[in-house]
Amino acid sequence: MAIDKVFPSFAAAVADIPDGAVMLIDGFGGAGGMPSYLITAMRDHGAKNLTVVSNSLGLPGFGTRSEAELVDTSILFANHQVKKAYASFPVPRSPNVVTPFIEALRRGEVVLEVVPQGTLVERVRAAGAGIGAFYTPTGVGTDVENGKEKKTINDKEYILEYAIKGDYALIRAHIADRLGNLVYRMTSRNMNPIWATAARVTIAEVDEIVEPGELDPETIVTPCVYVHRIVKRPNKTRGTEA
Amino acid sequence: MKARLDRETIAMRVAREFKDGDFVNLGIGIPTLASNYIPEGRTVIFHTENGALGFGPIAVEEKDQDIDLINAGGQFVTPLPGMSFFDSAISFAMIRGGHVDITVLGAMQVSEKGDLANWMFPERGIGNIGGAMDLAVGAKKVIVAMEHNDKNGKYKIAKRCTYPLTAKECVNLIVTDLAVMEVTPKGLLLKEIAPGWTPQEVQTCTEPRLILSPELKEIEL
Repeated sequence: MAIDKVFPSFAAAVADIPDGAVMLIDGFGGAGGMPSYLITAMRDHGAKNLTVVSNSLGLPGFGTRSEAELVDTSILFANHQVKKAYASFPVPRSPNVVTPFIEALRRGEVVLEVVPQGTLVERVRAAGAGIGAFYTPTGVGTDVENGKEKKTINDKEYILEYAIKGDYALIRAHIADRLGNLVYRMTSRNMNPIWATAARVTIAEVDEIVEPGELDPETIVTPCVYVHRIVKRPNKTRGTEA
Repeated sequence: MKARLDRETIAMRVAREFKDGDFVNLGIGIPTLASNYIPEGRTVIFHTENGALGFGPIAVEEKDQDIDLINAGGQFVTPLPGMSFFDSAISFAMIRGGHVDITVLGAMQVSEKGDLANWMFPERGIGNIGGAMDLAVGAKKVIVAMEHNDKNGKYKIAKRCTYPLTAKECVNLIVTDLAVMEVTPKGLLLKEIAPGWTPQEVQTCTEPRLILSPELKEIEL
């Protein structure tokens, strides 16, 4: 039987995600790389006590033309579903903007670990590549090094950072084939291909689904081995239409 | 009160540091403005941490704005011939691996040793590291572009940073609305000064002792 990873709905694609799951959710911040429909389906699904690993934790209006366009992880915090979060850019730049994440933090519902962006990405990349931990110079001499093993290699100081493995990854790509090969669109690629490698189940939200063979093998960014479920967004228009 | 340089002029001075062929990463705020003032005849290739090299100016017209082409500040940018895209792991490997020639960052405080604090005001209790720690550690040259003093007139250039650090001893050059200073092993070397200001006046706005360069001159644009 031919492999077909296409799911009929966003709800079906997230239906088995249990309470307590570690969720790798992409979105550098903007609308382009954000799996908005999958996040909405997670909100409706209602799984609790989630751990969210994402660059940001809700930035109203970031990379969009109107704030109404951007659905991000904010809705999971507003719905009391998250108990732990890893992020590099957790809050809006302006201290006057209070997001659902900040409200959840103030309620004491969620514990935050702020991680330098390159370290966050590398921790997830390491998990996907079978690496347990790695030494990085980023964060040496700052609060980030607190409690971490330090090592001097060739006269330079490094700190030890551990891999972060996910249970489920929710990612956004541009085009998928039915096998799960993915291509992205411009800066919306960002963390999506990395998150795809590090979860037990990777679910991709895409603009378009094509038959195997229609994507040029030379241009595939995420090979199908990393992708388990694919769901098509209702509206194919991208870029300047969005 | 004497006039200080405006943000655009600080950005213009920063841009003079870009050499032909440099790979440059610009932080949010004054640093981003520097992309408008590349000296004539030089080609500079911009890097953005969210995964692009060689993009063009900010997309002003709505018809040119594409949600899939943004910089690290969430601004829409435009395509250029020779542009490339990559994932965040490659983007930060470029940064940490020393492949970015210059990063220009904003700052809350800089110390006389070049320690940088730019990610958290302690009174807020929460802050954004983003890519700043990686850039401060990995770029070949770190330029800070900022106002010389904070809104209350307090020192931002301090003997020691009191805010949480981004990285230690990483800053090479500080460009402010009053002066251009190089971080040297002996301390901060005052190299250029805003029109109408004396070294003594700049010193009173600066906590650590400034070393006057023998070639001290007015800021050149």
